[in-house]
Amino acid sequence: MAADFDTPELFNNIEIIDTPKYEADTMAHSSPYVAKAVHNEKLGFPGELVDNWEQKAVSRLGELVDGSRALRTFLDSCVKCGACTDKCHYYLGTKDPKNMPVARQDLLRSIYRRYYTVSGKYFPKLVGARDMDKSVLDEWYSYFHQCSQCRRCSVFCPYGIDTAEISMAARDIMDTVGKGQKYCNEILGKLQTVGNNLGLPKPALLDTLEGLEEEVEEDTGVAVKYPLDVKGADVLLITPSADFFAEPHIDGLIGYGKVFHQAGISWTLSSYASEAANFSMFIGSGDNLKKVAQRIRDAAEELGVKRIIVGECGHAWRVAYSFWNTLIGPFDFLDPRYPAPQHIVEFTYDLIQRGALNLDKEANDHRRITFHDSCNVARASRMGNIPGGQFILPRALIKASANHFFDMAPETIHENTFCCGGGGGLLTDDLLELRIKGAMPRMQALKQVVDEHNVNSMVAICAICKAQFNKALPAYQFPMDMITSLHQVVGDAIQLGTKD
Amino acid sequence: MTLSVVFAILFYAAALLLIGGLARKIMVYSRTPAPLKIPTTPAPTTKSGVVWRMTKEVTVFQSLFKSNKWIWLFGWVFHVALALVLLRHLRYFQEPVWTVVTLIQPFGKYAAFAMLIGLGGLWARRFLVDRVRYITNLSDHLMLALLVAIGLSGLGIKYLAHTDIVALKTYMLGLLYFDLQPLPSDGFVLLHLSLVIILMVIFPISKLLHVPGLFFMPTRNQVDNPREVRHTAGWTAE
Ligand code: SF4
Ligand code: SF4
Repeated sequence: MAADFDTPELFNNIEIIDTPKYEADTMAHSSPYVAKAVHNEKLGFPGELVDNWEQKAVSRLGELVDGSRALRTFLDSCVKCGACTDKCHYYLGTKDPKNMPVARQDLLRSIYRRYYTVSGKYFPKLVGARDMDKSVLDEWYSYFHQCSQCRRCSVFCPYGIDTAEISMAARDIMDTVGKGQKYCNEILGKLQTVGNNLGLPKPALLDTLEGLEEEVEEDTGVAVKYPLDVKGADVLLITPSADFFAEPHIDGLIGYGKVFHQAGISWTLSSYASEAANFSMFIGSGDNLKKVAQRIRDAAEELGVKRIIVGECGHAWRVAYSFWNTLIGPFDFLDPRYPAPQHIVEFTYDLIQRGALNLDKEANDHRRITFHDSCNVARASRMGNIPGGQFILPRALIKASANHFFDMAPETIHENTFCCGGGGGLLTDDLLELRIKGAMPRMQALKQVVDEHNVNSMVAICAICKAQFNKALPAYQFPMDMITSLHQVVGDAIQLGTKD
Repeated sequence: MTLSVVFAILFYAAALLLIGGLARKIMVYSRTPAPLKIPTTPAPTTKSGVVWRMTKEVTVFQSLFKSNKWIWLFGWVFHVALALVLLRHLRYFQEPVWTVVTLIQPFGKYAAFAMLIGLGGLWARRFLVDRVRYITNLSDHLMLALLVAIGLSGLGIKYLAHTDIVALKTYMLGLLYFDLQPLPSDGFVLLHLSLVIILMVIFPISKLLHVPGLFFMPTRNQVDNPREVRHTAGWTAE
């Protein structure tokens, strides 16, 4: 199935992304593999589609609406103005009208209307209300797994209606009746048994980190440490497990180590909580969200650290920044002089402000850099203490470490950023067609800076973006190694040995 | 006189449904917890910042302006004109009439036309833009039809078949003070009032809920300070 589609073409002279006419059902065939019973059960869901699932789905929807002001107001208030219809990268890339945010919401809203509103109970045809049946469930399974929960639609809706919340609710309902998605649920299971999404056990982690130490020493002649489970370290670093093994993620991890080394701050990773990602958010499961987050608090208390710093991962930073204090706070056992949690970019930025790092910009002269704002950082979190700090700080790091920086078009960056196409639990090969098509708007914007400024490096601060671009870049005839970790750029500029 | 009584009953019933229905919805919205912080960023970090953000959303439709200039233009013109028209109508319910209401009378007259132009633009989009046609339900057309018909019948009273406006005002004041007066039974008046009654009744069960809903959207009304202030509600408070 994977190769059986055409990659959308990029245009030569188009500056902004063209809105296509819709073509119904172009992506009706796309849906991810269904989770096996064991994986569902591990997360507390029924293994397979339960009897009576129609009623159970409807009543779960009722519970969710009662428990979420967002869901309730979102389902009631859409006026069908159409302002969001051309804002989703999946609509732009696939032309399937059900990938327009409002149409995606309507897949759920039609059921809400039918069972929970006066108009839908008595005049279903008039307001587009439908009975819950198998065809609805199949449609949900397909199209709620064609939303990367990037929240771009929410920026542009006059009321802030956020389709990500609707997708999360729909996935929660599907899990509750026993129709889970393989990729997310399997990963969450691994996290619970081994401690990270990739299923890397402690010996493998140790091995990797020792390998890194050797590699960095060979390259630079300096013995930079990559510590694991060190009690009494000042900082616990929580980073996505992709940083332990994949390219270009691991170069980011090397960079973090160099920053800690030159700043002289003691730090450690944890083998128990060796994962920043929390896929529970993608499936909208509150229970799992809390359970997965709790591991990090436990690790921090166990190791006796004073600060928690989160590495380059988009949704992990959303969960950490926006939800940790609620779920596993208060963090009164940490050093109150620092925000809890702190992002590695905030940490490095502060060090640069204080002159604690010696950076040689020329070390990055071979790079002509652009920056991809990751959705969850851009539209769901913050850095520093002013609104929009999440746009300013990473760019400041790049500019402090490199001479050549070029932003992509304004309507495609900052809060307007286009998703990489692989977020929200869709980073799986069974959704490759969707991922490649959904990457089109980002690729179009990238093409413009490549054509105009010879950009050869796209920096990102999200593990999912980096992994997704590994696939998307070659599909659009860009070199795969264009995608770069922010802390690789910083790490390459750090003049090791000059501060000791 | 029968007509006066029938319309009086309908008005009272509609007013009860409107006020009761909206009050109930507002209560439900305010009682439903928002368990996690989900402001769409960049979001203000202070309460006063949120008030400013909401003020911009409510008065100039800031997000809509950013997303689509045509929808913004028609939508904004319609809403502002509607507000003027509603203010102008206050004079039928007041004695003495507030000075502001008197002052806006001249604009109010043109506002009715502006309102129809706005509605016309919004309605045209539902036919002309393929994406908007796709998402439109029958109820969306009916809502526009209702508003247009209210506007047209109102203009009919003013320009085609004048009614005894003093008597109409006496009737309205009579409704307010529970002292029933005769209703001038002209065609446009009865049509206009009937349509308004329908609008009042469907308001709390339709997409017009965006009016109260807007103020309760967590994505817009939450302060972006999750690290500084611990937020718990609903299941996160258990
Ligand atoms: S959240 Fe993102 S992916 Fe989902 S509908 Fe909105 S724009 Fe599309
Ligand atoms: S922009 Fe908002 S109100 Fe308009 S159609 Fe989309 S979700 Fe509905």
